[in-house]
Amino acid sequence: MPPLVQYLIRFYQSSIGKKIIVALTGAALMGFLVAHLLGNLLIFSGPEAINGYAKKLHDLGPLLYVARAGLLLFVVLHIVCTIQLVKINRAARPQKYAVDTVRQATKSSRIMIWSGLTILAFVVYHLAHFTWALGNQYHDPGMARYWVEPGVHNVYNMVIDGFSVWYVSAFYIIAMFLLCSHLNHGFSSIFQTLGLATPRTRQPIDLAGKLFAWGLFLGNISIPLSILFGIKS
Amino acid sequence: MADSKSSLDLTLNVWRQTGPDAPGRFETYAAKAIPETASFLEMMDIVNEDIIAKGGEPVAFDHDCREGICGMCSMVINGMPHGPKRGVTTCQLHMRSFRSGDTIWIEPFRATAFPIVRDLAVDRSAFDRIQQAGGYITVRTGSAPEANSVPVPKPDADASFMAAACIGCGACVAACKNASAMLFVAAKVAHFNHLPQGRPEADSRALGMVRAMDEQGFGNCTNQYECEAVCPKTIDAEYIRQLNRDYRNAAAKEVVGI
Amino acid sequence: MISELHDAPATHPNRVSDTPPDGSPKVPLPEKWTKHKASAKLISPANRRKYNIIVVGSGLAGSAAAASLSEQGYNVKCFCYQDSARRAHSIAAQGGINAAKNYQNDGDSTYRLFYETIKGGDFRARESNVRRLAEVSVQIIDQCVAQGVPFAREYGGLLANRSFGGTQVARTFYAAGQTGQQLLLGAYAALNKEIAHGSVKMYPRTEMLDLVVVDGHAKGIVVRDMVTGKISSHAGDAVLLCTGGYGNVFYLSTNAMGCNVTATWRAHKRGAWFANPCYTQIHPTCIPVSGDYQSKLTLMSESLRNDGRCWVPKRKEDCGKPAASIPEEDRDYYLERKYPSFGNLAPRDIASRAAKEQCDDGRGVGPGGLGVYLDFADAIKRLGEDQIRERYGNLFAMYEQITGENAYKQPMRIYPAVHYTMGGLWVDYNLMSNVPGLHVLGEANFSDHGANRLGASALMQGLADGYFIVPATLPNYLADQKPGQYQDDSPEFKAVEEAARERVRKILSVNGKRSVASFHRELGLLIWDKCGMARTKEGLAQALKRLPELREEFWSNVRVPGSGDTFNQQLEQAGRVADFLEFGELLCRDAYEREESCGGHFRSEHQMEGEAKRDDERFSYVAAWEYTGDLAKPKLNKEWLEYEEVHFSTRSYK
Repeated sequence: MPPLVQYLIRFYQSSIGKKIIVALTGAALMGFLVAHLLGNLLIFSGPEAINGYAKKLHDLGPLLYVARAGLLLFVVLHIVCTIQLVKINRAARPQKYAVDTVRQATKSSRIMIWSGLTILAFVVYHLAHFTWALGNQYHDPGMARYWVEPGVHNVYNMVIDGFSVWYVSAFYIIAMFLLCSHLNHGFSSIFQTLGLATPRTRQPIDLAGKLFAWGLFLGNISIPLSILFGIKS
Repeated sequence: MADSKSSLDLTLNVWRQTGPDAPGRFETYAAKAIPETASFLEMMDIVNEDIIAKGGEPVAFDHDCREGICGMCSMVINGMPHGPKRGVTTCQLHMRSFRSGDTIWIEPFRATAFPIVRDLAVDRSAFDRIQQAGGYITVRTGSAPEANSVPVPKPDADASFMAAACIGCGACVAACKNASAMLFVAAKVAHFNHLPQGRPEADSRALGMVRAMDEQGFGNCTNQYECEAVCPKTIDAEYIRQLNRDYRNAAAKEVVGI
Repeated sequence: MISELHDAPATHPNRVSDTPPDGSPKVPLPEKWTKHKASAKLISPANRRKYNIIVVGSGLAGSAAAASLSEQGYNVKCFCYQDSARRAHSIAAQGGINAAKNYQNDGDSTYRLFYETIKGGDFRARESNVRRLAEVSVQIIDQCVAQGVPFAREYGGLLANRSFGGTQVARTFYAAGQTGQQLLLGAYAALNKEIAHGSVKMYPRTEMLDLVVVDGHAKGIVVRDMVTGKISSHAGDAVLLCTGGYGNVFYLSTNAMGCNVTATWRAHKRGAWFANPCYTQIHPTCIPVSGDYQSKLTLMSESLRNDGRCWVPKRKEDCGKPAASIPEEDRDYYLERKYPSFGNLAPRDIASRAAKEQCDDGRGVGPGGLGVYLDFADAIKRLGEDQIRERYGNLFAMYEQITGENAYKQPMRIYPAVHYTMGGLWVDYNLMSNVPGLHVLGEANFSDHGANRLGASALMQGLADGYFIVPATLPNYLADQKPGQYQDDSPEFKAVEEAARERVRKILSVNGKRSVASFHRELGLLIWDKCGMARTKEGLAQALKRLPELREEFWSNVRVPGSGDTFNQQLEQAGRVADFLEFGELLCRDAYEREESCGGHFRSEHQMEGEAKRDDERFSYVAAWEYTGDLAKPKLNKEWLEYEEVHFSTRSYK
């Protein structure tokens, strides 16, 4: 094996190495979340804006698949490393204390694996809902409502219809809340794990993490809420 | 010499286990008339004297200097390594921190990397093995240059000292839900890496000690900083950030070969 | 090797003999160490790995020696009773380490450090050893800094100093209030480096039970694995005892709970002379006792006396009042009054006795009237609370932990406590005892501090012995030894091993009614009472009568639960207390025989206006006791102290 690969494997095998991978993929996925949200928010500019945006993405062609493959790789790495780390952690402390006392760990930091797995479940559902159109008629060529022109989806209507179902919106909002929790801890953790925070910047970073997480949460839930409450239809 | 201050009656639930592989269980003991001025370990002494008088085997627990510096005492009190007060070891904890009638749960540090020796005493030799993997500056006795020939900026000296204050007690591991030794390793690495004398081996030290840490079966840091909260020497989790940085840089250099 | 020590020269104390009794070369004092090193025997690098060196104890002396010898190429086995070498009790030293660097440009020099140490030791230390200690002191600081010991520094990045008791220069290097830990971590790191290298094998949680002497030479030890209870032998070509002092004979002391006399006492019973056991140091600034359940005493660093002022009320009736309500003119700043030139920085023995005097006079404060104030109000006024917090924050926090009192707001209460023992096994200039092959380092030997140790000198001695002295002198012994003469299973070892097992069985089989701790407590009270800060012939005679009785009761009525083949802390403690019960008798006998007062040994019959009154004519010797098989009749060997450079004078700090 070439030394480069050997040392890369060694890096991967170390605890901090895996955490750095989790941090880097987490940062990339955060970037994706921001872009995704900004795209989604075009819904408030009307059908043309968001449909046009969707078409532009669609027209990227092979590039879109490259982006999707990259995203998938990040997600897989993020999850695989995390699960490996969790397994090590559980093995390192198999027995709990009789009295479970928490001194300063935040709630969101303590449920990372659960918030993460819920988000994963949501992502699968989300893809099934909009991308693969399972259990709905978004891909049915006969449903004119979901097409701007042949081959070009009417994303606007898909979103409106999707979120008009209350339990879909409810699941979405719950998932977004857990995402918010996940990001709340994840954001500052990225800086810690990558060794970037300093004593002086730690507090601002924590604050930025909170703002980021809540901003993303509010931005995301603004769509189902405005649909449910009939502001958008 | 008796102090007129009040005394406490307590109920103790103490973990008893005869060896690393033996099953353990909680036993309940009544601790009566414990002077408020006694230290927690002196309270344990009193309880042990009582157990011996009744023909039982006393509770084994590690302790030595009883002034908070050797790092030998190690128990978990009501789920908290070294008990409820910040910045102290168990031996520095005094009974005035408790109230008469309290029930106290006393357990050993729990971590796979710290097998139980007996009752509340655990084996922390994993810490020694980590330090053997780079927790030193390679200098031969007699080969040192004049002490003042290398000035050390005061902030560096202070940062080094604050990390070096670590007493190696393992409370950080005990408090961490992942039994991670990151705060310990970070402090040990930072002690040397902050000094000009420690720079030549900074990279190999970070790589070596982190790998040794992984091999000993400790968990990973999930940035919750329970370790910092229980550290009797209040060592800052900032040192973990620095270890992440040092490891990151050293590993990157190692991968590309510079 | 010196087989016999000199008799008192007729003209003593002015005479200097032709062959120095410590085996050092007969050259002027400042040249001794250089000459000795230059003429020392050597072992070639290729041959060193054939020698096995046994180091017992992993404190400053033990870790430093083990690491340094391993660096030279010897095979080293190092043993400690703690679960890690890092926890040896050197870790608890707070204040600092002396070195004659003269970085402060305040007139310090090797000579001055040497002189002050001799004077501080009340002219009962060996001149040649102390001169060497002062000389080596500067190298220690270089070594420690290179190892990464984070000493306090000034803003320019250079090393800072402070002053300590008994000196008028600032030569103490420090790392906040935990200099001992930082120095030990340096030595421990060096040890780890050598363990990683494979030439030191470390045995933690392993206690030495006996010394194995074959054909008159120390060739190994018998140990007990404290986790499994296994008793086994370790043969070597030389044995280094670095096992600290015997302060725990007093039960309450600032020593760690596990500190014990077993290693040196066992060596004594195998032939090594025990020197000057009555020189015990009572440290003036400890937190007073609060109750009879108390297990140990906590030291507050002597450095506090740089800024704290000791006082008691002038009138007995003020003692119960809050300190703040006692006006300035009603306070007796007794150290400043009695010793104007040294004031609160009077040496330890003097400051301790002065505190005892005030309390004996009924003017002590706090529970039982056993305490004096150490007041920082003036320093806080002068420097501000922040400055005081920066200097002593951890000590103030420690004080508050234990007493529940805030020393920024009210004065600390302090009282003297047993802290250090100057006596120990007799050694020559090579640090070898009268038993060839048995070397003794650090607090375990008797050599450098005379009758009283100055602050910040224990760390200096431990590291000097470990890093620089024994690595240079050990080859003098080894060169004449064929390496690897004995194996762990040689019959001589098996016999000692069996005796150790028998002793464990015996302790476990008593199955009486009293706990080990109760015996230790009683022993401690007796020794503190009769052989503590002030001793009398009558009191010592009482102790000498009581000790055999107590020992007898121990062996017939002690209860040690559990078995010998498990982790059994009661059993460990029982073995140690059994040895203390024997050792206590030698301690009292030495104090009884020494009919003078000097340093930490204060015989009430021998004083002059409350100060110690030495008798150089009759007692300027090292009392090196030899075990004869009868604890009541040890043989006294005398090494008469010979001073070439310093001259006997009355020690005054006024």
